[in-house]
Order: sequence, then C-alpha cells, then structure tokens
Amino acid sequence: MTDLRRVAIVPAFNEAQIVGRVIDELMAQDAELDVVVIDDGSVDATAEVAREHGAIVLRLPFNLGIGGAVQTGFRYAFEHGYDIAVRVDGDGQHDPSQLGRVVAPVLADEADIAVGSRFVGEGDGYRSSRSRRVGIRLLALVVSRIVGRRVTDTTSGFQALNRRGIALFAHDYPHDYPEVEATVMVSRHRLRAIEVPVTMRERSSGRSSITAVRSVYYMLKVLLAIFVGLFRRNVVPEEGAS
Amino acid sequence: MTPLAVSIAGTIASLALVLIVLELIRSRRLRERYALLWLATGIVLAVLCAWRDGLNTIARWVGIRSYPPAVLFAVGILFILAVLLHYSTVISRLSDQNVLLAQRLALLQEQLETNGVRE
Repeated sequence: MTDLRRVAIVPAFNEAQIVGRVIDELMAQDAELDVVVIDDGSVDATAEVAREHGAIVLRLPFNLGIGGAVQTGFRYAFEHGYDIAVRVDGDGQHDPSQLGRVVAPVLADEADIAVGSRFVGEGDGYRSSRSRRVGIRLLALVVSRIVGRRVTDTTSGFQALNRRGIALFAHDYPHDYPEVEATVMVSRHRLRAIEVPVTMRERSSGRSSITAVRSVYYMLKVLLAIFVGLFRRNVVPEEGAS
Repeated sequence: MTPLAVSIAGTIASLALVLIVLELIRSRRLRERYALLWLATGIVLAVLCAWRDGLNTIARWVGIRSYPPAVLFAVGILFILAVLLHYSTVISRLSDQNVLLAQRLALLQEQLETNGVRE
C-alpha cells in the first residue's frame, strides 16, 4: 500500500464483546496497520480481549473519558513516530471496511485530517436519534460559520490524520466531548481538513457516552469552549502548563 | 424598593465575576466544566441586580417586605453552597484517582526493579 507507518487508535470502555471484532476487521483491511487499543478504565475483559486479538493495549488506571483516552493514543502515535493515525471507536459504530475512504485523502496528501461524515454524500445507515440529530445540526451550523467551510458531522470520531495532525492532538486535545472543539482547533491551526462520506453502524454493545440529560450540558460546555477558544491568541499551550 | 446604588454596584460586581471567569477559561487556568456553575452564578446575580422590578416581585413572593436586596444574599449563598458541594464531589473523585495512581505506580516500579532496572 505505502511505506508510511500507520496506526489505528481505538478507544474502548467496557467493549469486551465487540472490540475483538473491530481489531480483526481493521487488520483484515490493512495488514501493516498497528492497532492501539486504549482501555479507558474498563471493568470487563476489554484489555485481555484486545491483547488476544493482537492489539497494543494501553490501560488507563481509571476512566478519563473519550477525550483523555483518545489523546493517549495520539501521544503514543506521536512518540512512536507514526506517519498516519486513524481513529476508530471501539464500540463497532465505525465500520472498518470504510477505513480506506477515510485514510485516502491523508495518504494522497490532500488533507491533514479527514473526517468520516454520516451526512455528506449518499449515506444511509445509522444516523442516530432525531433529538440528537437536531443537536448535531445546530453544532454543525455554528462550527461551519466559524471555520468558514461546510462541516456536516461535527461529532464524528472516525478520522484520519497525518503527522501534523498527530502532533497537534498529542499536545492539545479537548476534554470530555472533544470532536466539535477539535474541528475548530484544526481550522485555527490552518490544517487542511475535509469530510468524506461514510456510513456508520448502530453501536452493537455498550451505551452512548452522551445521555439525554447530559446533552444540554454538553451543548453549553462545547459552545462555551468554542467561543472562549476564539479569543485565545496563543493557541498551543505550553507542555506541562496547568 | 431596592436602593439604586445597590443595584448598580451589584450589577457591576456580578458582571466582573463573569468576565473574570471567562478570562480564566481563556488563559486555560479554568476548565469549562468547572466554569459553568460560576458563570450561572454571575449571570443570575447580574440579572437580579439589574432587573429592579423583578427583584422586588421575587422578594414579595418569598415574604421579604422591608429590604428586597436580601434576596440577592439568599441567591448568592445558595450558589456558593452549590459550587462548594460540587467541589467536594470533585475532590473526592480526585483523591480516589490519586490512590489508584499511587498503587499502579508501586506495582510498575516493582515490575521494573524485578527486571533489574534501577531507578
């Protein structure tokens, strides 16, 4: 395929039922792909299953949440000199057979970061509940306005990055629910970002990390973070600064 | 009726709180998740201070006739209690995580030393 070193970053929280299949499917897509599973404080056998299926496993001592877990993967990718990282959720929502679509623009150096979107192009498949779609639509409007390009799926974690993207996210990645803020960050750092159409599957196990009650808090927090972030002059924090 | 000076001073102080919190987030000294409650405090107090008729009405509802700004004290204290309670839960979680980290570190160090690596 190419001699660029590739790694898949797979955050997983209590996904022992499904994470093995995700790893197998990823490796079937690309035999040279290293798979790093970040076990975000699971209480089931997620780490053991992942190791049995040949993944590198990073076990967090307690649940950091998706942002902290994924950033662990980006730090690993950065320190081990990977050229391309692709993030695939461990709950089976992201279909590994579409790996090529997401990675292609980054491989071809057409973009620094490519994000799989459920709402661009054809796309049937899973699109999440009506109420959540309204939230996603609203965030998409705000984010599109800010970054000056049409963003349809601001909450998609199915994304591929080159070395520049890996370096950025290894040093600065939002907490809690990171994708929306990360989209704005990428644009402020003038990285080239594009969306590619993907279809997603309904999660086959586990529960969404965003419950109905949390949605309002989520929206408020993300909007606050985006707007305050716009007033930061020094966009990259110093390493170790609190 | 609330004295005008109280309304003006209260509004300025509340808005100052909001601005300080926003600046702390901007300079990355305060995370958004811990800022929301403070922002709510500042905004609610600012509204109550600036909206003088509203403050009087609310004071009448809760049976305060002599001095409406007492409502401001009550609301302010309630928010401070909420923030403190929130912090107590945060500190509890942090100390649990701290214990886990220390234990994990001890186990790792033992593994390293058994494998012949000296610190």
